Amino acid sequence: MAYAITVRELTKHYGDLTAVDHISFDVKRGEVFGFLGPNGAGKTTTIRILTGLIKPDGGKAFVAGFDVLENPIEVKQHIGVVPEVSNAYVDLTAWENLALIGKLCGLQPQKLKENATNLLKEFGLYEVKDRLVRGFSKGMKQRLLLCMALVNDPEVLFLDEPTSGLDVESARLLREKIIRYNKDGKTVFLSTHNMEEANQLCHRIAIISHGWIAAVDTPENLRAQSMELQYIETAFSKMVEPQDFSENSSIIKAVSAGNKMRIYTADPSAAIEFVVEYAKKNNLRILTLNCMMPSLEDVFLKLTRGKEAVIR
Amino acid sequence: MSGLKEQFKRSLVVAQKNVKIYYLKGPVIVFGLIFPLFLALAYVIGRNIPLQEVLPGLIGMTTFFTATSVGPSIVPWETRSKTLERLLCCPVALWTIIGGDMLSSFIFGFIISVIPLALTLILGIQPLNFIMLLLGLIIANLCFAALSVLLSAYPPTDIPATTMMLSSLVKFPLVFISGVFIPVEQLPQWGRAVASISPLTYFTDMVRQLFINKGFYPLAVDFLVLIAFTTAFVLAAIKLHEKTLTKRIS
Repeated sequence: MAYAITVRELTKHYGDLTAVDHISFDVKRGEVFGFLGPNGAGKTTTIRILTGLIKPDGGKAFVAGFDVLENPIEVKQHIGVVPEVSNAYVDLTAWENLALIGKLCGLQPQKLKENATNLLKEFGLYEVKDRLVRGFSKGMKQRLLLCMALVNDPEVLFLDEPTSGLDVESARLLREKIIRYNKDGKTVFLSTHNMEEANQLCHRIAIISHGWIAAVDTPENLRAQSMELQYIETAFSKMVEPQDFSENSSIIKAVSAGNKMRIYTADPSAAIEFVVEYAKKNNLRILTLNCMMPSLEDVFLKLTRGKEAVIR
Repeated sequence: MSGLKEQFKRSLVVAQKNVKIYYLKGPVIVFGLIFPLFLALAYVIGRNIPLQEVLPGLIGMTTFFTATSVGPSIVPWETRSKTLERLLCCPVALWTIIGGDMLSSFIFGFIISVIPLALTLILGIQPLNFIMLLLGLIIANLCFAALSVLLSAYPPTDIPATTMMLSSLVKFPLVFISGVFIPVEQLPQWGRAVASISPLTYFTDMVRQLFINKGFYPLAVDFLVLIAFTTAFVLAAIKLHEKTLTKRIS
């Protein structure tokens, strides 16, 4: 089967609130699939449905070939989950936590010992395996959670904000491990707020807002679909007014950004010509001139809050 | 069938985890050891009654209070620490986790309730049928452990103190209506009717029969009603936990 995850018309209500509203998407096997959305958009609800924690009110979802509604145990047998909030048992040691999850996944003792040892060594936790998790730093706890998610060698990994609140080094280590395990063939479903992380790691991204999917595509295509968000950033030898640029038809909008002028345009070439002419006419020197592609954050803001949220 | 067997094995894993985290703690063990002793003293001091007469109530109360002592707080506690979500992400059914919680309550209750039983044997008081008494102790502990997981189901709170307070509200009245202090046959008609809705009534009645050959219900009825209560508590606990799960983890 080509897809590790298939979602069709998935819906979940909490009272009057529609947390997930008829969403549909597919995640290919071996893909890192980013799931982006503002707080309350429905990301965690979607992950909880896909991991068999809660039941949807409508629609269908298949993970690793199993129906999450009909066969939640089989689904869970083939997935690993790193939840948003650290939830290892703090009164158990790292080893005991791994052993608990391994046993609940039905691993044979020898296989469990082998997997746990390898993972703890790989994530730099083997030396502290007999220490209570209570004394672990946030980075160590997060690495342990990833070990716990990987102990049964799952086909699909669900990672909910895995690097949130981590120091740079720990976050980088986790990203490297995500890339490594993806290269080994694991499908990764990654929920994140970090646009740069999504850009670096994800083959494709779904942007969810108010419970519905606003877009699903590669980071490059998402940016290409939002070319009206590209801009020229320039600084002159003197301060200038944004309205001086509004008369040119190639310019969508100009806004001041500190000592720089940010000029949004769908035609950068024509806009640059206008800027150069403007500088000559007003006897100004151009100090900097950069053509900027829309960032993933711009695309995200445009899709979740409208173009006006980006061009302000 | 193999799936069912596998889930039972995983219930044992959950129980093992519970014993390590919640039961093998100094205060819990001390409570388990001292509680029956204080109950015995409270029972005997100032009352001129033979030890055989005291034993049914003492064993009944010890079993009831220890098997339901920690169980109600486990699910709220794990809800708060988000470890319930961790367990539910594993390939286990909800009943597997509830079964594990019940099993750990059973193990604790059984071990502690053996203490007054052992004391009676040391003091030379022999039950009429030891095997029956042991079987009754097992069924009663299962029943009270099932009650403890039912008590943890509602409200779907993440504050253990709330559940403990509510479970005390259920447990203490049950002790007073269950023939622990006054045997059922000595209760008025309405008292007997009230006593019949408590599972503890049937256990104390059973122990009385097995020690002093006096009982209100036939022994078979005591066993069957305890089994029926256990089944009802387990089914109700699973249903209620299923119903409140989304609210609990969201």
